Amino acid sequence: MSAPIKIKALTKSIWVFHAACSPCNNCDIELLDALTPRYDLERFGIQLVGSVRHADALLVTGAVNKKVVDRIKRLYEQAPKPCVVVAVGNCACSEIMFRDSYNTCGPLDKIIPVNAYIPGCPPKPEAMITGIVKLIKALKGEK
Amino acid sequence: MRTLFEFIIFPGFLFTAIAGMVFSWIDRKVTARVQWRQGPPFFQPVYDFIKLLGKETIVPSSANSVIFLLSPLLAIASTTLASVILWKAIINPQSLFVGDLLVVIYLLAVTPLAVILGASASGNPIASLAASREMKLYSAYELPFIFSILVSVIKLNTIKLGEIILSQQSSGIIFNSFSGVIAFVVFLLTIQAKLGLVPFDMAEAETEIAGGVFIEYSGVPLAIHKLNRIMLLFIIPVFASVLFFGGKFWSIIVVLVLIILIRNTNPRVRIDQAIKFFWRTCLIFSIFAVVLATIGY
Repeated sequence: MSAPIKIKALTKSIWVFHAACSPCNNCDIELLDALTPRYDLERFGIQLVGSVRHADALLVTGAVNKKVVDRIKRLYEQAPKPCVVVAVGNCACSEIMFRDSYNTCGPLDKIIPVNAYIPGCPPKPEAMITGIVKLIKALKGEK
Repeated sequence: MRTLFEFIIFPGFLFTAIAGMVFSWIDRKVTARVQWRQGPPFFQPVYDFIKLLGKETIVPSSANSVIFLLSPLLAIASTTLASVILWKAIINPQSLFVGDLLVVIYLLAVTPLAVILGASASGNPIASLAASREMKLYSAYELPFIFSILVSVIKLNTIKLGEIILSQQSSGIIFNSFSGVIAFVVFLLTIQAKLGLVPFDMAEAETEIAGGVFIEYSGVPLAIHKLNRIMLLFIIPVFASVLFFGGKFWSIIVVLVLIILIRNTNPRVRIDQAIKFFWRTCLIFSIFAVVLATIGY
C-alpha cells in the first residue's frame, strides 16, 4: 500500500492504548476525561482499545520506575508498528521532582522513542487534544 | 464465472462489506447522538479498515500460527456465503434449493466457532478465558435462536427462503401474529449476543479482559475479523427481515435501530446472568411461541 494512503488512514483513525507507568493517577483521570462525551474524541476517529496489539498510539503517564521499566519496554515491542508514543504529564516528560530519585529510571524518552510531549500536572483535556492535533500534523509532514 | 461474480462482487463480499460499513457508521453515529456527541465522520469504518491493513501483523510465538491466521478467513468466507444465499433469495425467490434456510443457520454458526478457534490458538491466557465465555454464550443463545426461526417455518410450512418471502408477501407477514411477535423479540435478543454487542459482549469486554477473543490479533487478521463483525451487522437484520417481515426494505432499518437502541440502553451482564437469561426466559418464551404457532395463533 502506498505511503500517503497509509498516513492518511492512520491519522484519521488513531486507536490509543493507555499505559500507566507508576503515575499518581491525576493524569489518568484527565486522560479518561478527554475520552468522555464532553470532548468527544471519536469524531477524530480516536478510540480507547483494551489490547496493545490493536494500538496505534501509546499514552504513557507517570515517572517510569525500576518496576515498570521492563514492562513499558515490552509493551512498546508488543505494539504493531507504525506506533507512536505520547508522554502525558510532567512526570513522563521530565520527571519533575522525582528526578535523580533512587528508583526512577530517567524520563520516558531515555527508555523508548517518544513522538509527542504533553506537559502539565496534570494536563487538561484541551491540552491533550492540542497535543494530539500537533502529533497528527507532524505525522502528515505539516508544520 | 457468474458464481464467482456473485460471490465476490454483487450480493457477496464487496456489496456486503460496503453496506455493512454504512450500517456500522449508522450504529456509531446513533450511539454518539444518544450520548450527546458529534460522532465519527461517514468514512470512519473505511479509515479503520485501511489503517489496520497497513499495520504490522504479529503472530505470537506461543500461537499455532496456521489456525490463528486461518480463523478470520474461515469466518469471513462463511459470512459472505450466507449473504449471497440471503440476497439471492430476496432478488429471485424461485432461484434457490429447498433447505437453504438450514444452510444459512449453519453458516451463521461458523463465525463464533472460528472466533473460538482463533482465540484458543493464540496461546494467550486471557484469550482462552474469552474463548470459554464465547463458547458458553454460544451454547446458551443458539437454541432460542433456532426455536424463534422455527416459528416462521411452522407457520409457513416450508424451509425454503424464497417460499418464506413469497408466502409472506401473499398472506401477510409473520410479525402480524401472536407467536410471530414473541419469536421476533426472542430473535432480537439472541442476535444481540450473536453480533457480540453490548448487553452480551462479555467475550470481548475491553474493560475487564482487554479485547478478549481478539487480544492477540493485529494488522490484517484483525481487520478481517472486524470486517466480519461489520458484515454480520448488515446480514443479520436482513435475515430477520426475511424471516419475520417478508424481506421488506424498511424492516431492515427497523431491526438495525432496535439493535442500536438495545445496545445503548443496557449495561454489560455477567456470563452467568446471560446464560440464565437465555436458558430460562428466552428458551421458555421461544417454546411458548413454537407451541402457539403449532396451534395456529
